[in-house]
Amino acid sequence: MDLKNQTFLGYRRENGRVGVRNHVIVLPVDDISNAAAEAVANNVKGALALPHPYGRLQFGEDLELHFRTLIGTGCNPNVAAVIVIGIEPGWTQRVVAGIEATGKPVEGFWIEQNGDHNTIANASRRAKEFVHHATELQREPCPISELWVSTKCGESDTTSGCGANPTVGNAFDKLYGNGNTLLFGETSELTGGEHLVAERCRTPEVRENFQAMFDRYTDMINRWKTNDLSESQPTKGNIEGGLTTIEEKALGNIQKIGKECLVDGVLDKAEHPTGPGLWFMDSSSAAAEMVTLCGAAGFAVHYFPTGQGNVIGNPIVPVIKITANARTVRTMQEHIDTDVTGLLRREINPDQAGDSLLDMTVRTANGRHTAAEVLGHREFVLTRLFESA
Amino acid sequence: MSQAPDFVVHDEGDSVGVVVVEGVKAGQDLIGWIMDQDRTINFTVKDDIPIGHKLAIRDIDPDSTVIKYSVDIGRTTAPVSQGEHLHVHNTKTKRW
Repeated sequence: MDLKNQTFLGYRRENGRVGVRNHVIVLPVDDISNAAAEAVANNVKGALALPHPYGRLQFGEDLELHFRTLIGTGCNPNVAAVIVIGIEPGWTQRVVAGIEATGKPVEGFWIEQNGDHNTIANASRRAKEFVHHATELQREPCPISELWVSTKCGESDTTSGCGANPTVGNAFDKLYGNGNTLLFGETSELTGGEHLVAERCRTPEVRENFQAMFDRYTDMINRWKTNDLSESQPTKGNIEGGLTTIEEKALGNIQKIGKECLVDGVLDKAEHPTGPGLWFMDSSSAAAEMVTLCGAAGFAVHYFPTGQGNVIGNPIVPVIKITANARTVRTMQEHIDTDVTGLLRREINPDQAGDSLLDMTVRTANGRHTAAEVLGHREFVLTRLFESA
Repeated sequence: MSQAPDFVVHDEGDSVGVVVVEGVKAGQDLIGWIMDQDRTINFTVKDDIPIGHKLAIRDIDPDSTVIKYSVDIGRTTAPVSQGEHLHVHNTKTKRW
């Protein structure tokens, strides 16, 4: 594919970023505001509530991550406008202020001294205006280099490492050469291949930062583990699919960063990249947590290679599923967007597989709903670092 | 077009290959494709092996390093002979 001359039809946001979806979201600040947020989304067709279980009595680094994830989700270019609902005004306005920096329409509502009914009525009126606004926005041609693409694999098996993940790697190499902004992560899931990622870091400073993040994560696992993590990492599904050890899983995982990309920088969870290139995010390997963090970091499209058939989606980021497992295609076809089983039958080569994924990327960016979107998978899962106070 | 393989091997120095078709039964003659060197090997499998699971492509002593992608993926806890199923019953991580 000639990426330099390839365009897609995207939504140009107030801050210049380009989105591929046009959501009006209703974002609860905390667990007890979910009911009001869901009521608003029920009243206003075209508004989407993002309920979640957290936001009370968090503190320190864990609270910072909570705000960064909510604000980052609101700032994502796939989002046209945001209603924020919290129990009280202080933290609600903090989330509103963070999203306002993008210039997109956003308004906060709080429940104390209003009650659910008045909050829902007021927020619904505003959400209706936001939907009118969003539905008048038009897609426009944008260079493919403006598309931010993240990746994370799930329910991997050995076919992931020899088929689906190298397909993502091939597409990443091509997008990297085109000046795109790319992201990978899954810190614990590099265990056994971390030296190979370290070798790919662009500068000694990036390598040092990557190693520090990897070592911290390993220390955390060693502090809490009660066995060798078998059935957790690798998961029961990974083992069912034929993956035996974390090392084997990791070596398959890192096929996703291709052969040519260099790691240009590292990010904390939900942190935004500051320029094009390939970024590593210190993150959980759990699918919904990681994809939620990718969305909060500003990524517009997600590549999700799977072996055994992880069904995950995200409320605001289209998740493209890729598999090279013939049994998964046979038994779970409705979940798969790009079938690369031909790679393992020697019918296509990695270059063709990568191009088929890039073709699906452009179609998805232009508006084709992914399997996960059509099936209603909207997993929005916040990462927690420690207990509430 | 090349013949579709029953199993694939990343590199000729690896200890294992990955079954990529359904229904492999003990005693079956399999076609393997070594991807990095792009050549084909044939031998007889000794166990039933589900799609995605590994078979040893050489004899491996107990407490030896298993190589895949030309890299260490763990150690054997029992002897594994060529054509046998290699998985959690005879191989463990070296980490954690």
